[in-house]
Amino acid sequence: MPPRTNHLGLARNEYKGRPSTLCPGCGHDSISNQLISMAYELGLEQHKIIKMSGIGCSSKTPAYFLGGSHGFNALHGRMPSVATGALLANKELACIAVSGDGDTGSIGMGQFKHVIRRNVPFVYIIENNGVYGLTKGQFSATADEGQFLKYYGTNHMPPIDLALEAVIAGCTFVARSFSGDAKQVQTLLQAAVRHPGTSVLDIISPCVTFNNAATSTKSYPYGKDHEIPLHEIQILAPDYVEARDEITIGDYDEGDIIDVEMHDGSFIRLKKLDNDHDPRNRRLAMNVLERSMREQIFSTGLIYYEEPRPTLADTEDLVDRPLAHLDAADLRPTEAALDGVMRGLMV
Amino acid sequence: MAINQQTQPKLDTREPVINDFAFSVATKNGSGSQTSNNVLVMSLFQMGIPVNGKNLFPSNIKGLPTWYTIRASKDGYTARKALTEIVVAYNDSTATEDVANLPPGGVCITTDKIAKVIKQREDISYYEIPVAKLMRQTEVPSAFRKLVENMTYVGAVAQLFDIPLDLIYEVLLANFKGKAKPALMNHDVVKLAYDWTADNIVKSDPYRFEHMDGTQGKIMMTGNDAGALGAVFGGVNVVSWYPITPSTSFVDGIIGFRHLRQTENKENTIAIVQAEDELAAAGIVVGAGWAGARSLTSTSGPGISLMAEFAGLAYFAEIPAVFWNITRMGPSTGLPTRTSQGDLLFTHFLGHGDSRQLCLMPGNLKEAFEFGWKSFDISEALQSPVFVISDLDLGMNNWLSDPFDYPDQPVNRGKVLDAQSLQAFIDEHGKWGRYMDVDGDGIPHRTLPGTEHRFAGYFTRGTGHDEMAVYSERSDDWVENMTRLRLKMDTARAMLPQPIIDNGSDADIGIITFGTNEDAIREARDWLANDGIKTNYLRIRALPLASSVSDFIMAHRSVFVIENNFDGQLTQLIRLEHSENISHVRSLALGDGLPMTPDWIYDSLKEQEG
Repeated sequence: MPPRTNHLGLARNEYKGRPSTLCPGCGHDSISNQLISMAYELGLEQHKIIKMSGIGCSSKTPAYFLGGSHGFNALHGRMPSVATGALLANKELACIAVSGDGDTGSIGMGQFKHVIRRNVPFVYIIENNGVYGLTKGQFSATADEGQFLKYYGTNHMPPIDLALEAVIAGCTFVARSFSGDAKQVQTLLQAAVRHPGTSVLDIISPCVTFNNAATSTKSYPYGKDHEIPLHEIQILAPDYVEARDEITIGDYDEGDIIDVEMHDGSFIRLKKLDNDHDPRNRRLAMNVLERSMREQIFSTGLIYYEEPRPTLADTEDLVDRPLAHLDAADLRPTEAALDGVMRGLMV
Repeated sequence: MAINQQTQPKLDTREPVINDFAFSVATKNGSGSQTSNNVLVMSLFQMGIPVNGKNLFPSNIKGLPTWYTIRASKDGYTARKALTEIVVAYNDSTATEDVANLPPGGVCITTDKIAKVIKQREDISYYEIPVAKLMRQTEVPSAFRKLVENMTYVGAVAQLFDIPLDLIYEVLLANFKGKAKPALMNHDVVKLAYDWTADNIVKSDPYRFEHMDGTQGKIMMTGNDAGALGAVFGGVNVVSWYPITPSTSFVDGIIGFRHLRQTENKENTIAIVQAEDELAAAGIVVGAGWAGARSLTSTSGPGISLMAEFAGLAYFAEIPAVFWNITRMGPSTGLPTRTSQGDLLFTHFLGHGDSRQLCLMPGNLKEAFEFGWKSFDISEALQSPVFVISDLDLGMNNWLSDPFDYPDQPVNRGKVLDAQSLQAFIDEHGKWGRYMDVDGDGIPHRTLPGTEHRFAGYFTRGTGHDEMAVYSERSDDWVENMTRLRLKMDTARAMLPQPIIDNGSDADIGIITFGTNEDAIREARDWLANDGIKTNYLRIRALPLASSVSDFIMAHRSVFVIENNFDGQLTQLIRLEHSENISHVRSLALGDGLPMTPDWIYDSLKEQEG
């Protein structure tokens, strides 16, 4: 039997990258898998995607998915600037970027905040495990206060909540998820790639080697036991919108459904669970995150959404054609233009 | 008006000195003197007199002493001279020293208030301008008075040394972009001082300006503007920077010339992003270069320091991007507004690991323009970052130049494979790998993101890749890669701008330099020639060094390397590349924060050769 294929006629296999070199069981590999599935399911064209990353375990992963795309494993904490440049050069490219809690929360905090401020349209995934893996187990800035790790003792500093930092910086799409919740990760990725603005996904992704004790909020056992999704999430693609009222609402009352309309006409349908969170409300988003941090509640799902501001390319008033595709005539003014400038400077 | 009693030395009987003397204008920073000085320089330029203005300014917005030197030279020498014949002493805190620095027979133009304190020398002329009194007579609104006060010395200078008043008005009008109101306001003050000087001061010096035709068909511009214009003609399309003196005006220049590249609908073909720091600026241009843009950043020493990691990454990942280093003294604060050539070694070796960055060193305005566009062709052809090393003196001061030549070579995007040529490459070579060298010049072929071919994608990393851009920690893969990069650098030596060589005489003394010392050296060589000391000359314009540098060194008995830094960095670099004995190469290096003078070069060389 031939393998199942998507609308481009490609099998899921063709969205894979090279074999992972991370530790077996690493949460990051599950996220890579969801990225592969997302691209396959949506039938994305790999040549139109770039994969960007900084340095760290998480930043190695772009080699392990979408082998047909260009990828750039850049510098520690500096992926946002490289992505900014690449997307200015070619605004037709879609960009999936992978970072970690060290790469974003410590060395890259400045670039993280500023790329959001510029509203560079890309998917910014933070594979957050609270620990430095490649350098063997130091605390990161997202580690739990009071946590004990074998090599470095007790962490006395409060964690930085990267989702909260994203909301404060003006990010228009902020989600938190758990690499052990494949379905939710997949759905949030499908929503994020549709968002023409910076989308931040803070995904708790356990480090099986250095930070997987059940007492750590970044561990598998903790995540499995404590994850509390804010909603059940579903994506209604634009082609389904006409029929969306007919799509089974199931056991829910209409008042328990939030349909977040996205820029491309699709909807994120949120079915209410045990809380009143509305991701379209910035104050509620910050409340959820602050409470989660204070009370160590592992809330996941779409935290905040708003209609995106103009992107960086919009505010730059760029020509339609990608800058990288301009031809020689667009790149060099005429000899008459130079003469004009020169004459203006002469006696 | 009462006749002002001024003590004057007896009427001057010296031969007139026409169009061949220098001014130093001493004011306080932030007092509006920049406009006054600019008006004087542009007026002389309009009179056809070869002129150069250099701003020797402090790192300060308001209050600290600042000097501006203006040199007029009928013979076209435009270097800064060690001594100026005339000082405009408008800063009470430096006036005593400013007067002390004048040569005998010099001229001090000052305010009546300052004159009371500093009149100590008998061998110079003092011209005292009653600034406060004149300002009371103007109709300038009080809010602007302080800002136009310095126009009083423009008026006095115009009257004393013969600059036509109507010409000054034209220059003022141009300075204010055609707006008559501010031009008139300034001109009123100029005229007031001009008339007062005519009525009250008896000229007792031999200095005078006269119309000549030394600037016909020439332009005046700053090096930063020239480089920016060059970049615009070179197809720059992504610019990112972080403000830093003295490079900020480079990006201001691009913003000013951006319209030359706008579409009919006023859409931009140049994106300009002010980044959060120089790290991000470097990241943006590296990302843009990787994705196929012609990207540029402009910075100075501290920024270059922050860009070091990206520079190394771009070198090893072989990504084109252009970095302008408008060199100043460093590090940190203190002398950031003083010129220097002290970043040569740092810039050339920027990055960790074995890297030798491609550097272009413009020596004048024309080359700032030329390297402005050519840097992109070089960077894309060699798939490597290019550093253009300019300095504060060239970047921020107005230089006289012939108009720029339109680029004489077509835009060269280098070895970029689109979907079709990638397929042809694969058909010919069986496969394509990002770092395969099929041409034997060390330069591989690259694809850009967005190329619609299933084998176009590749993964970029700094180190640890084989020729297929696949992760590899094998020693032999890396040695092979480094060997190819060395070959690429040797290819570069011949592709880069070659040295300017003046081997005209049978001299056995050679002078080597780079960058903006050329004017001072030219003048010093003329003085030396007058003393019977003949010299040959070579100006290096790019790194890695061209092979002709060796030939020049070996062809001379004695070689002096002249540079504006303290450690003789170019000398060190030359020694590094020569295994043979070159003990006849000596360093004449002075890093004192000021543009080089012919006086120092002449004295130092004579002393060494003595």
